[in-house]
Amino acid sequence: MKTPNKNRDLTLTTAAVGLLLVFLWWANGHLDNYKIQVLNLIAINSILALSLNLIYGFTGMFSLGHAGFMAIGAYVSSLLILPPVQKEMIYILQPLIWPFSVLQAPFFIAVLAGGFAAALLGLVIAIPVLRLGGDYLGIATLGFAEIIRVVFTNLTPITNGALGLKGIPNYANIWWNYGWCLLTLFFLIRLINSNFGNVLKAIRDDEIAARAMGINTFKYRVVSFSIGAFFAGIGGALMASLITTIDPKMFSFLLTFNVLMIVVAGGLGSLTGSIIGSAVITVLLEWLRFVENPIDIGSFHLDGIPGMRMVIFSLLLILIILFRREGIMGMREFSWDSLISRFSRGGEAR
Amino acid sequence: MSANPPVLETKEVTIRFGGLTAVSNFNISVPKGSIVGLIGPNGAGKTTCFNIITGFYKPTQGEVFLEGKPITGLPPHKVCEEGIARTFQNIRLFYNETVLQNVMIGGFVRQKSHWWMPPLMIPSCTREERELRETAMALLDSVGLGKLAGEISSALPYGAQRRLEIARALATKPKFLLLDEPAAGMNPQESQELMDFIKRIRTDFDLTILLIEHDMKVVMGVCEHIWVLDYGILIAEGNPEQIRTNPKVIEAYLGEEATQNA
Repeated sequence: MKTPNKNRDLTLTTAAVGLLLVFLWWANGHLDNYKIQVLNLIAINSILALSLNLIYGFTGMFSLGHAGFMAIGAYVSSLLILPPVQKEMIYILQPLIWPFSVLQAPFFIAVLAGGFAAALLGLVIAIPVLRLGGDYLGIATLGFAEIIRVVFTNLTPITNGALGLKGIPNYANIWWNYGWCLLTLFFLIRLINSNFGNVLKAIRDDEIAARAMGINTFKYRVVSFSIGAFFAGIGGALMASLITTIDPKMFSFLLTFNVLMIVVAGGLGSLTGSIIGSAVITVLLEWLRFVENPIDIGSFHLDGIPGMRMVIFSLLLILIILFRREGIMGMREFSWDSLISRFSRGGEAR
Repeated sequence: MSANPPVLETKEVTIRFGGLTAVSNFNISVPKGSIVGLIGPNGAGKTTCFNIITGFYKPTQGEVFLEGKPITGLPPHKVCEEGIARTFQNIRLFYNETVLQNVMIGGFVRQKSHWWMPPLMIPSCTREERELRETAMALLDSVGLGKLAGEISSALPYGAQRRLEIARALATKPKFLLLDEPAAGMNPQESQELMDFIKRIRTDFDLTILLIEHDMKVVMGVCEHIWVLDYGILIAEGNPEQIRTNPKVIEAYLGEEATQNA
């Protein structure tokens, strides 16, 4: 929405971004590697959550194919940044076939290529699958993600099969990750706040009415799905470079589930919610690692149970769905107006 | 009927769902600038006719023309692009959006910029969007909803929701407007206002209007010509006075005995 205080908002936003950059610069120099890794994961998870939110939260398409798009992005970008020597070394089962064995690109281009490859696949998948609605769409997209995973496992001359790719150059530092995250956020804010964003929400709210209003709902569902797939590919590409090792097993349903959890916890249909959700859940996931370690309470000894985190998180998701379906933010967005009036009145601002 | 050329014409439109013929041989011709009505008992097939005209159903036989151009079988969004807008029997607003957003969504069909333009901040797109917002605001002011522009549409009172649904349809810049029971659930005061409103938008927006309505006061009050549908068949047509006294119509609504006693 347009606010009368456009200049003030612009100044405040610039200041906030500046503050974030100062913080990142400080963090980069002073925090240990583990904490920096968590910060990086927050940025990447934000990209992933924002993209799924566009598909599920704003356009109302229940898609469970995110891991598939991430896999495409990760593999395409990794193949472009892996040095030829490294490629020769890791492809021990079958050598990497020709065009991929020599192709090289700078990191930015590689990530972008990963995004576009994912978007292209998104487009190809969307055209048959988006004729379905609701739960059927969820099942079909889940199936597609699994197909991608299985294909990647068996396409040994390109993907190195189940061995995966190792020694991917670690370019995805804090600046790349937050740069892409801010870019994604900017793109989606502009998109959602335009009339095209209204149209996506209209399709979500009432498809029949949207069609009667002259909206080619199928076309715009496909567009939204492909944009979501694009940013999922970007997220996957960054993730690959951040953790430097990928294999098909990594891109299982569990990865989609993590992103879905962030989106639902943050609030379906709220970009702010996705950012907050990523920060909260990424930090919690790391912090909760202690429950998997042996615990001593007085003389009582508990052995560590691997996977306990996910049990707690699944319970958390159930609780969110039972008691706060709209998530942290609901469909609301952050705005300087509401923040300022909240502080000046010291109470409910919404 | 007046001498104006027809805006909408249907020729022998028939639709069957399996073995059931829902509408058969539906022939109407709506002159430009008129307000006409389609009435009939519950289940007569009135909304089915609307769904055929607006492209939600494809007729089994027959053709629909808008200003002489065949639009039979076009998908709903194309039909809207051609210049037909509608409202729904059960109000279908975009309930999570504001009143202004609802109207802006209606304006999307006439928007020239593409989806990738706003993120790239293309100036022509920004300008168009600003103009669209201003037109939407002006439209809301003209239907008396200007003050509510920032409200979420689900929070509106019932009468205002009906009005907003019409405003949203007007935002698509239609030539021909279909209203499906606009007065449903309204008290006499509200339906009187609605009648004035329908007449006003006809002149203000240069429209031709076809409405389905059960409230006879509204139908007789605004319609210049009426078609009566019963079991999918047109049983009568004429001006309000002719319809009021037509024995077939009375029979369809009240049963045979009533006609004999009348």
